[in-house]
Amino acid sequence: MHKTIKLAEAVEQIPDGARIMIGGFMGVGTAPRLIDETVRQNKKNLTIIANDTARPGVGIGKLIDAKLVRAIIVSHIGTNPETQRQLLAGEIEAELSPQGTLIERIRAGGYGLGGILTSTGLGTIVEDGKPTIDLDGQRFLVERPLKADFAFVYAKQADYLGNLAYALTARNFNPLLAMAATVVIAEAQNIVPVGVIPPDAVMTPAVLVNHLISMERRNG
Amino acid sequence: MDEKTLIAKRVALELKDGTLVNLGIGLPTQVAAYVPKHIQVFFQSENGIVGMLSLPEEGLEDEDLTDAGGRPIGALPGAATFDSAMSFGLIRGGHLDLTVLGGLQVDQMGRLANWMVPGKIVPGMGGAMDLVSGAKRVIVAMTHTVKGEAKIVKHCALPLTSSRPVSLIVTELAVIAPTEAGLELRERAPGVSVETIVKATEAELIVPENVPEMPVS
Repeated sequence: MHKTIKLAEAVEQIPDGARIMIGGFMGVGTAPRLIDETVRQNKKNLTIIANDTARPGVGIGKLIDAKLVRAIIVSHIGTNPETQRQLLAGEIEAELSPQGTLIERIRAGGYGLGGILTSTGLGTIVEDGKPTIDLDGQRFLVERPLKADFAFVYAKQADYLGNLAYALTARNFNPLLAMAATVVIAEAQNIVPVGVIPPDAVMTPAVLVNHLISMERRNG
Repeated sequence: MDEKTLIAKRVALELKDGTLVNLGIGLPTQVAAYVPKHIQVFFQSENGIVGMLSLPEEGLEDEDLTDAGGRPIGALPGAATFDSAMSFGLIRGGHLDLTVLGGLQVDQMGRLANWMVPGKIVPGMGGAMDLVSGAKRVIVAMTHTVKGEAKIVKHCALPLTSSRPVSLIVTELAVIAPTEAGLELRERAPGVSVETIVKATEAELIVPENVPEMPVS
């Protein structure tokens, strides 16, 4: 079973206008080679679902710099002045979602749920245009699930089958995205033989991973 | 003592042993420097860690271990890391004892606005709405005024972060608690008169007969 794929081939299958979920928090846990290759292949009109757009020149910020993004669904853009500039200039559309709501919407998408009920955002502009529900005397905002065509997942380790383990705070959105996209492309810092990641330490089972980016030979 | 140090020291007195605490970026982060001796507090960062520690020394940075602002951190023995769904489950699910956040405005009912200035900056709410809606206690740590303008106002001109009132407001002038009856003045900063506080506050304050000084040195 061949799960590995060359970086360029993995990105070639992404059409312009695709909807891509990308892991990472300020670039930490964002697949660096997948981002660079997406820029190199000049994929356009992308919709990006992620926590943030990092900073210019960093992580998802590189896609913003290259003007490849038409729309973002994120919780935060305050650290990226270029995203703000493109937003205020009308070059990019943004849906801002509270971070805890955003991750649960992705989870709902991946776990087959019809949406989530949360009190976060009630009585604020986040509520505008959304249904609310009264349940057992408590009011909730109904937030819709999120899915995507592709997910860029970044792991610390992958085994030959595509089982994944993440490192420290670089885990963040990654394991949730791996559930919520039609095609999951994983990039790992290291690829190890099957068994090196024990079953209890696998955070994303290989069955969820469609492609594992092959390593480039680095030692001559 | 400069005003931010005073605010951080006063907020630190609210920390309790064995609790889980989330500090917002900016001024609230300074609170970590004044944790009272003899107590242990676990700090959460919403990107997925309980038990974070400031980086012990330069040169020990791990690119996979950062705070919510992407800055390198360390971790206490016994720290735990997890994904974003669990991180916000801790926040919304009633497991987070306290959050300390900065503020742009707080209204008469104690409701916070701290995530956008329409037409000027649209940074996004990040985790702020979940924190204010979900933490057991919410403390706003902010300067009392900005460029002479009151930040504790009758009505917030800025978009609210949550419809839920915060638990306590700590500024360089005063400690104020939102109550059912309104905003109650609880403490004044060392050497600051009640009149000064009332003058710097647009919202109406309930002023008890005796307003003690903050126990900060």
